[in-house]
Amino acid sequence: MEHIVIIGNGIAGITCARHVRKNSDKRISVISAESDYFFSRTALMYVYMGHMKWEHLKPYEDWFWEKNRIELRQDWVEKIDFQQKILYFSSEESLEYDKLVIATGSVYNKFGWEGQDLKGVQGLISKQDLELLEENTQNCKKAVIIGGGLIGVELAEMLRTRNIEVTFLIREKAFWQNILPLQDAKMISAHVRSHGVDLRHETQLDKILGDEKGHVRAVITESGEEIECQLVGLCAGVRPNIDFIKKSALETERGILVDEYLRTNIKDVYAIGDCAQLREPQSNRNSIEAVWYTGRMMGETLAQSLTGNLIKYKPGNWFNSAKFFDIEYQTYGKVSANPGEGEIHFHWQHKDHTKAITIAFDASDNKFLGINTFGIRMRHEVFDRWLNENRSVQYVLQHLREANFDPEFYDGYEKEIFRSFKENLQES
Amino acid sequence: MSLAGQTPAALSGTQKFASAIGLIGLFILVLAVANVNFPNKALFLTLSLVLMTAGTVVFANDLYRGKHAGIKNDGVWFKSMTGRGLWAWFTGIALTLFYIVLYWFPAYLGLTEDGPNTGVISLFDPLSYLINGGPASQWFVYGTLYTLAIFIFGYKFILKYRNNRYEVLRTFSVMFFQLGFAFLIPEILMRLNQPYFNPANIWPLNYDLFAGYKINEFLSAGNLGVFMLVFGLISIFVITPILTYKYGKRWYCSWVCGCGGLAETAGDPYRHLSDKSLFAWKVERWVIHSVLVFVTVMTIAVVYSFLGENAGEFWLTRDIFLWGSAGLLTLVFAAIMIFKRNELAKDAKYGAVGYLVVILAIIGINYFSGNGNIFFFPGYQLREWYGFLIGAAFSGVIGVGFYPIFGNRVWCRFGCPMAAILGMQQRLFSKFRITTNGGQCISCGNCSTYCEMGIDVRAYAQKGENIVRSSCVGCGICSAVCPRGVLKLENDSPRGRINSEEVFLGNDVDLLDLINQKSR
Repeated sequence: MEHIVIIGNGIAGITCARHVRKNSDKRISVISAESDYFFSRTALMYVYMGHMKWEHLKPYEDWFWEKNRIELRQDWVEKIDFQQKILYFSSEESLEYDKLVIATGSVYNKFGWEGQDLKGVQGLISKQDLELLEENTQNCKKAVIIGGGLIGVELAEMLRTRNIEVTFLIREKAFWQNILPLQDAKMISAHVRSHGVDLRHETQLDKILGDEKGHVRAVITESGEEIECQLVGLCAGVRPNIDFIKKSALETERGILVDEYLRTNIKDVYAIGDCAQLREPQSNRNSIEAVWYTGRMMGETLAQSLTGNLIKYKPGNWFNSAKFFDIEYQTYGKVSANPGEGEIHFHWQHKDHTKAITIAFDASDNKFLGINTFGIRMRHEVFDRWLNENRSVQYVLQHLREANFDPEFYDGYEKEIFRSFKENLQES
Repeated sequence: MSLAGQTPAALSGTQKFASAIGLIGLFILVLAVANVNFPNKALFLTLSLVLMTAGTVVFANDLYRGKHAGIKNDGVWFKSMTGRGLWAWFTGIALTLFYIVLYWFPAYLGLTEDGPNTGVISLFDPLSYLINGGPASQWFVYGTLYTLAIFIFGYKFILKYRNNRYEVLRTFSVMFFQLGFAFLIPEILMRLNQPYFNPANIWPLNYDLFAGYKINEFLSAGNLGVFMLVFGLISIFVITPILTYKYGKRWYCSWVCGCGGLAETAGDPYRHLSDKSLFAWKVERWVIHSVLVFVTVMTIAVVYSFLGENAGEFWLTRDIFLWGSAGLLTLVFAAIMIFKRNELAKDAKYGAVGYLVVILAIIGINYFSGNGNIFFFPGYQLREWYGFLIGAAFSGVIGVGFYPIFGNRVWCRFGCPMAAILGMQQRLFSKFRITTNGGQCISCGNCSTYCEMGIDVRAYAQKGENIVRSSCVGCGICSAVCPRGVLKLENDSPRGRINSEEVFLGNDVDLLDLINQKSR
């Protein structure tokens, strides 16, 4: 029986394993050094905040794996012999495979700052990071977070629930402004500040200072300001977790290079999820997309190819979501942070500054390109359809009610939004 | 005392002060139980109720006011009271003991059959005289405290979820039905010498509605009594099916019902304690449907023996009633099997057929056996057992007493026969569902954790599948706590309500078509 071995039990690897099982009787092994069972990485924050316990993070009960004949193995892969198709573990055991799927995810960036390895300096990606955070925040009064992405704002929210003062240093003019248009980003910045976070725009880290015990005591910004702290959160992005494989015959760049079928340069070896880098991404898409959804879609796609139904990885319309303290964010299609000539933005914001939308459309033919929505839930299915049907921005705004996904009895803002659109953009 | 780096479990100074006020109010009741004879009962009763109310209101204001509207679950699992700690056990045991005394030893509370009440019951006499014109009973004391609990904890709940209008409206609704329908209307009816009747307490939750003594009470009360009896019948056979078809069982369980009302208000801090395992779901289905069979058999038995004792007075003879009941049940099950067999899981089918056979067999055996009893026992004895086992022990002692340990909907999930009937309708003949928003689920587990009915909501959401479950009471909290806007409670066309896609929206369109067609 063919043996499929998957390194990594995150969303990409596990989705792949589940779909291979659905479609075949092949032997499946999943290897992880991080945790016994699959858990939802996106929910780590809720354990720290006391909303959930660790057991709630597991999407499947523990009996699920044996019942579905998915062999779980907790071990660390030291070396891979691609010729003989054997994995060597740090436990000095080994495992043969017929097909190998690498789904090792991401690690957080360290850009060589002075003091980046001091005690109390950490990122937040793995189960071990969460445990370390619990330890590092005992009797912690002040923290500094470096880098304004999704993990940074989550970490800020987590620390605020423990009454830790948070200074949040971000490079951009407003929060996540490398992804969000300026008006959206400014609204989120204001909201983050309203939660008692000392958010500093256009501020970068110079170095991290330690005390005599090797523990962090302060950071110094590029402008020379010293900020006292007992914790530094490194949240300046993530990179593929491929260090263990860098010196092998596997072709890598920032990530493991894969073709449109998610195949690497070595036969019978595949890479999916955060650690994979597409040689030729679709237009408008990045070669590495470290989000939950793409990991899942790659897992779904590769499982088809592994079970005899060769299929290209072709993600559909872009979508994503997040939550910034109390403000939910969803996006469908493409809204550029800094739109070029051909892309026009229509922005509407509610007067309470917790709800907003930004719609991008084509300057030449008014074609709807994408939407960012804050504090108003929208239907994925409807926007996916409108994008496929190449609807105009007028059509989308006229039919916005159809896309609303807020709970019953919520106020609708469609009329106000439409009026604002007509007044601000139609006339010119 | 907010030490930095501590888990958010500690109480603020104001919250401690508020707790003290509330506990003083409660302590007055405890003193009354201990037979302290307060000089001015009306004054001390008022003082006690006002202090408990003030304590809760001040506590809730400090906890939620002046903070951002939004989800407020910080530290839920760290706190002793809500994380199955010492305080949770203490509260659970105290509540359980209270229920045991209330149901079986009301004399300890000061109930006196002949002569004036003493103890805590006498403390409530002034209020009782004011509303129903007579002295208080243990049920009057219980009803007053129950209604108060729904109001003060309802206030807290409304503050907590003030960003969510569905939750706010739903809570006003349960407050209204508790105060008006469950508390005031029956008490005022008593004052007017009419039968005790709570229109919102529908059979089979109100298992005594068709008991012999109750039917006699209705029939001897003239037109109003007959109206009550007819309304009781219409409630379960006409109103319930129509509303459940349109809105799902939530119209009752989380908008009207008193048990649901207490669970959603006083019980809200414990909603995450429900068991989400597949095993618990199996137990749930067997237990709740067994209770439904029990109450059906019991009700048929009591009506049957009532008709026997009053032979010749009604057009409805025992024969017509028995064959009518058997026929109705057979029709219901036949309809389900014919129209909905494809949607039923295998064990549900076995269960339904099994139960039908059992009921029919029992009716058959006894009908042909010719003795005066039905179901081997006299009807009244079955009713007594049901009252003891289900009405008191299950719904009261376990249902409410164990809120802090097993969660707030134990009775609604495992025991309530009304929920079982509504659930069957909701699963099979309803427009209600919880819609999953395409491929947006991140499997975080907030929905499952905060589902008071122990539904593993995530298991559906992460497959892109709508949630159509008989046990869902439509409280809307899964949708509220979802950080990515994935869940929405909706009434829509029954077509396509139960969907199951193997591959998610957002992936390759061709792959979606190919795989999903194959899986159908």
